[in-house]
Amino acid sequence: MSVDVAGPLLPLVPLLAGLLGLLLAPGDGGRARRRLAAGLGVAGAALALLLSLRLLWDGASFETGLEIVSFGGLPDESLITVGFGVAINPAVVYVALAVSLVALLVQIYSITYLHDDPRYAPYAAQVSLFTGAMLLVVTSNDLIVLLIGWEVMGACSYLLIGHDRRLPEAPAAAVKAFLVTRVGDVGFLLGIAVLVVEAGDAHLDVVLNSPYDPATLTAALLLILAGVAGKSAQFPLHTWLPDAMAGPTPISALIHAATMVAAGVWVVFRLYPLFTRSPVALAVLAVLAAITILLGALAATAQDDLKRVLAWSTVSQIGYMTAALAVGSPAAALFHLLTHAAFKALLFLAAGAVIHAVGTNLLSRMGGLRAHMPVTFWSFVIGLGALAGLPPLAGFWSKETVLTAAAHATEGGEPVPVWAGWVVWLAALFAVGITAWYATRLLLRAFFGAYRAHGPAGPDWEVGFDDGRYQVPAAPHDPPAPMRLPLIVLAVPSALLGLAAYAPGFRTSLELEDPHLGVAVALPMLLLVAGAGFAWWIWWAVPGVDPALALGRARPLFAAGFHLDAVQHRLVVTPVRSLARWVTAGDERVVDAAVTGAGTGTRSLGGHFADVHRVALPGAVVLVCLGALVLGVVAWLGVAA
Amino acid sequence: MTLTTTADSWSFLLAVILGVPALGAVVVALLPASRDRQARIVATVFAAVTFLLTIAPVFFRDRAGGWSAFGDVPQLIPWVNLDLPWVPALGLDFHLGVDAVSYPLIVLTGLLTLLCCAYTVKKVPEAGAGRTLAALLLVLEVGVLGTFLALDLILFFVFFEVVLLPMFAVIAGWGGPDRRRAARKFVLYTLAGSVLLLLGVIIVVSRAGTGDLIVLTGSPPLSRGTQCLVFALLAVAFAVKAPLWPLHTWLPDAHTEAPTVGSVILAGVLLKMGTYGLIRVGVGVAPDGAAWAAPVLGVLAVVAILAGSLICLRQRELKRLIAYSSVGHMGFVLLGIATLTVTGIQAALIGNVAHGLITGLLFFLVGTIKDRTGTGSIDQLSGLREQAPRLAGLLGFAAVASLGLPGLAGFWGEAFAVVAAVQAGGPFWLTCAALAAVGGALTAAYFLRLLRRVTHGPATPVVRAMRPSIAAAEWFAWAPLVLLTLVVGLAPALILSGTALPIVDLLGGSR
Repeated sequence: MSVDVAGPLLPLVPLLAGLLGLLLAPGDGGRARRRLAAGLGVAGAALALLLSLRLLWDGASFETGLEIVSFGGLPDESLITVGFGVAINPAVVYVALAVSLVALLVQIYSITYLHDDPRYAPYAAQVSLFTGAMLLVVTSNDLIVLLIGWEVMGACSYLLIGHDRRLPEAPAAAVKAFLVTRVGDVGFLLGIAVLVVEAGDAHLDVVLNSPYDPATLTAALLLILAGVAGKSAQFPLHTWLPDAMAGPTPISALIHAATMVAAGVWVVFRLYPLFTRSPVALAVLAVLAAITILLGALAATAQDDLKRVLAWSTVSQIGYMTAALAVGSPAAALFHLLTHAAFKALLFLAAGAVIHAVGTNLLSRMGGLRAHMPVTFWSFVIGLGALAGLPPLAGFWSKETVLTAAAHATEGGEPVPVWAGWVVWLAALFAVGITAWYATRLLLRAFFGAYRAHGPAGPDWEVGFDDGRYQVPAAPHDPPAPMRLPLIVLAVPSALLGLAAYAPGFRTSLELEDPHLGVAVALPMLLLVAGAGFAWWIWWAVPGVDPALALGRARPLFAAGFHLDAVQHRLVVTPVRSLARWVTAGDERVVDAAVTGAGTGTRSLGGHFADVHRVALPGAVVLVCLGALVLGVVAWLGVAA
Repeated sequence: MTLTTTADSWSFLLAVILGVPALGAVVVALLPASRDRQARIVATVFAAVTFLLTIAPVFFRDRAGGWSAFGDVPQLIPWVNLDLPWVPALGLDFHLGVDAVSYPLIVLTGLLTLLCCAYTVKKVPEAGAGRTLAALLLVLEVGVLGTFLALDLILFFVFFEVVLLPMFAVIAGWGGPDRRRAARKFVLYTLAGSVLLLLGVIIVVSRAGTGDLIVLTGSPPLSRGTQCLVFALLAVAFAVKAPLWPLHTWLPDAHTEAPTVGSVILAGVLLKMGTYGLIRVGVGVAPDGAAWAAPVLGVLAVVAILAGSLICLRQRELKRLIAYSSVGHMGFVLLGIATLTVTGIQAALIGNVAHGLITGLLFFLVGTIKDRTGTGSIDQLSGLREQAPRLAGLLGFAAVASLGLPGLAGFWGEAFAVVAAVQAGGPFWLTCAALAAVGGALTAAYFLRLLRRVTHGPATPVVRAMRPSIAAAEWFAWAPLVLLTLVVGLAPALILSGTALPIVDLLGGSR
C-alpha cells in the first residue's frame, strides 16, 4: 500500500470500526456478537498499528488531503477552507505508533477484563472511536478537523468513564470529565477561531506561517492553553482526571497513556512555532506546569486508592511534558510523552490485574501480593521504576532530558523568561524525590508485607467493575494469558525505550539532543534515592502502617487534592446554578408574565368596554348627547376652516 | 419586465411541489372514517412523492447561469423560476423559485413531513382521527414549502399565514391535557407577529412599487430610513416565529402540549420560517436596516443562547427542556445572521438544517419516551439504558449531536457562528463570540444533566414497565435523521456548496 493511502487511512480505520461496532445491538447478545464486537475492535486497532508501521518503514514526510467545505469568501472576507488531510512526519508516526499499540493492547486486555459485561459491544466500539479520534488529532493538518478529533475524544471519554452501571459515582465522574474539558474548550474554540480568522485559512501550515500581531497571538495562544489544560488535566482544570478512575481500568490506561491527556501536549507541540513567538504564553505554560507537577506529585502521596495514585501521577507527569514545552524543548516533551505512554499503560493494565485479583482498589486491603502475582509484580516494578526515573528504565532518560532542558532555560537564551526556567527546574527536581517516595510506597503497600484483603472486620464492601457478581478468588493470582500478554509487551518499551535516545534515527527525527550523563545527573539521583529510601525506612520501621501517615496534618489535604474540587464547585458550579435559578424565575415571572399579562389585560379592557355598552338608559342618553356634541363641534370647526 | 419570461415547462415543477401535498390533503380528508389507516398510508404516499419532488430542483442548479443572457443580471438567481401574474391589481404575482439558500430547507421540509406521516401510520395520539392529522400535516407542508419557495413578498406573507391555523388545529386537536391554552397562546402570539409582518410587507411594496424579491434583493430602491423601519417590523415578526428571546414564551407551552409529530414539524421546519425570512426578506430587502439593527440582534442572540441554556438547566420536563434548547440553538443561528458576514449567514443556514434534523429526532425520541412511560418528568425517569438500551443510545446520540459535537451536524452552525463573530471583529463582536462559546459549554451541561438523569442510574418503575423495542415505523422515521445528522456533520458542503454567491448578493456585496 502506498503511503499516500496509508496516511489518511490511519485515523479512518479505527473510526470506521467504531461506527460499525456501534451498530451492533447492545445488551446480552451471546457469544457470537461478543466475538464480532471484539473482532472489530481488535482489527481496527491492529490495522492502525500496521498502517503506522508502514509509515515508519517508509519514513517519508508528506501531506495529503481534500477539501471538506469552505466558509465565507467574496468580496472582502477571506475564504476559510476546511479540509480533511494528514501531515505525516516522523514525530507524528512515533506518536501514532504509541497510540495504536496501546489501543491494541487495551482492546485485547478488555476482552478478558470485561468477559462477563453485557455491554461489551458498545464499549469496544467506543474504544475504537476514541483511538480514531486521537489519531485524527495526531495526524490532522487542519485546525478545524483537529478540533473534531479533540471533541470526539471528549465525548468518548464521557461514554467510557460512565460505562460501569454499578458504580453510583460513574455517571457523575463522566459528566465531570466532559464538562471540565468542555469549559477549557470554550477557550480552545475561541483561540482556534482567532488563529483561523487572522490567517484566513484553517490549514496548519498557513496558520504556522501567518504574520500575527503579537498581542493577538498571545491572546489566541492563552485561549488555546485553556483547552490544553482541560484535555491534559493541567492545573486548574485537572480536577476531572482523578474522578475519571470510575471508568473501567483499561479505559484509564487508554486515557492516561495514549489518548486524551496526551492530546493537549500534542497540540502545543504542533503549534510550537507560534508559541516561540510569544514569551508570555510560554511563561504562563511554565508556571502552570510547575504547579501541576508539584500538585500532582503531592496529591499522589496520600491516596489509598491504587488507581488514584496512578491518576495523580499522570497529572504530575503530563506537567513534566508541558514544562519541557515551556522551557523550549518540544523534543524532550515528545520523548517523555512516548516513554510515559509505555510505562503508564503498563501500570494501569497491571493495576487492572491487581484489582481483578483482589476485588478492591484500596491499597489498605492489599499487601503481600508479590508471591502470588509475580508477572504483575515485576510489571509494577518496571513501571514504577520508570515512573520514578530509575536508571536505566525509560522514564529516567526522558525525565533527564526534561531536567536538562529546564536547567538550560535558567541560563537564558530561550524564548521563555529566565525566572520561568528556574521555577520549572526547581519544581521538576523536587518532584523527582516525591515521585520516588510515592512509587516506593505503592509498591511496598501492594506487594510486600501481609495480605490485608480481609482486614480486621472482614470484607464488608467490594469495588470492581462488576461487583454485583464478582467473587473474590481464594488466593490472588496472575491474570489469564490475554491479560498477561499486554503486560509483558508493554514492559519491554517501559524498560528499554529510554535507550532509544542513543539510536541516531530516533534521536534525529525527534530533534533530540545527544544524551550526556554529566555531573548534573547526580542531583536528581540523590533526590530519587532519598525519596525512595525515606518511604522504605518508614515502612520498615513501623510495619503494617501506611507510610502516608508520616505526612501528618498534610495528609487529608493531599488526599483531597488540595480541596480544589470544592473551590471549583464554589466558584463555578454554585454561581451557574443560582444564575440559572434567577434566569428561569425571570423568564417565568417577567418575560412570560408580560405576555400573559397582555392577554388578560386585553380581555379585561374588553370587559370594561362591554360594561360601558350596558350602562343604564339615563347614562346612555347622556353619552349619546355628549357624542353628538363632539361631532357637532368637529363639524363646525371643519366648516369654519 | 423581462425577468418574467422564464416560465418554461420545467418551472411548473415548483407548482407541482405545492400541488401534490395540497391534493393529498384533500384526498385524505375526504376518505371515510372507516378507512382511517388506509388514509394515513395514502397521506404517506403523497408525502413521499412530494419529498422526491423537493429533491428534484438540484438537477437544475446549473441552469442558473442562463440568466447572464439578460442585460441586467439580477442579484438573486433562482435555479428554477416560475412567475405567473395572479392579482395584477394588488401587484401580486405567483412567483416561486429555488436557490442554494432555500433548497436545503425545502428538502428538509419534504423529509420531515414524510417521516411524520409515516410515523402517524403506526401511532396516532388518542384525541382525534388519524387521517385528519395526516391531512393537516400535508396542509402544513404546503404552507411551509410555499414560504420557502415564494419570491414575491405578498405571496410570502400569504404562505407564512397558511401555516398558522393547521398548526393551531394540530396542537388543539391532538395535544396534551393543557392543549387549548397552549394552542391559543401560540396562535395569538404569532398572529401579533404577523400583523407587523403584513405592515412591513405593505410598506415595502408601496414604496418600492413591487413585491418581487428578485428585484428587491441586494439593492432595493428603498431609502435608508424606510429600510430601518421595515427591518424593525420584519425582525420582530420573524423573531416571534424563530423564536428569539424575549419573544419565545409561546414555544415551551406549544411544544409541551403538542403531539409528537406536531413538535417535530414545529421545531423542525416551522421555526426555520422565521430565520429564513430574516435572511431572505429582512436582510435581502433591507440590508441597510439590517446593518443598523445588527448590534441589537447580536445582543439578543447572545442573551438567547445564555438564557436558553441556563433555563434548560432548571427544566424538569423532557419536552419543555428540548423546547428551551431550541431557543438557545436559534440564538446561534441569529448570531450568525447578525454578523452580516458570508460566513455567519452560511453558519445560520447549516445551523437551521442541523437544528431541524437533530431537534426533530430529539422530539421523536422524547415523545416516544413520554408516550411509553406516560410521564415526561425527568424526576420519574431513570435508568433508561438498563431497560431500553437502543432508545437510550439514540437519545444519547441526539443529545450529543445537539450539544454541537464536532463531526455531527450541529457543530458547523455553532462553531462558525462563533468564527463569524470573531471575523466581524471589534470588541463588541469578540465579546459576543466569547459569550456564545460559553453558551456552548452550558449547552453541554444541560444535555449531560438530562442524560445522567434519564439514561443512567437504576431503572424507575415507569421505565421498567415500558416497552423496550423499537417498531419498524419508528426506525423508518428516525434512521434518516440519525444518518443525515452524521452525513451533514461529515460533509457540510452538501448544504453549503454554492451558497457563497447568493449570500454575497443578499448582503448587497456586489453592488
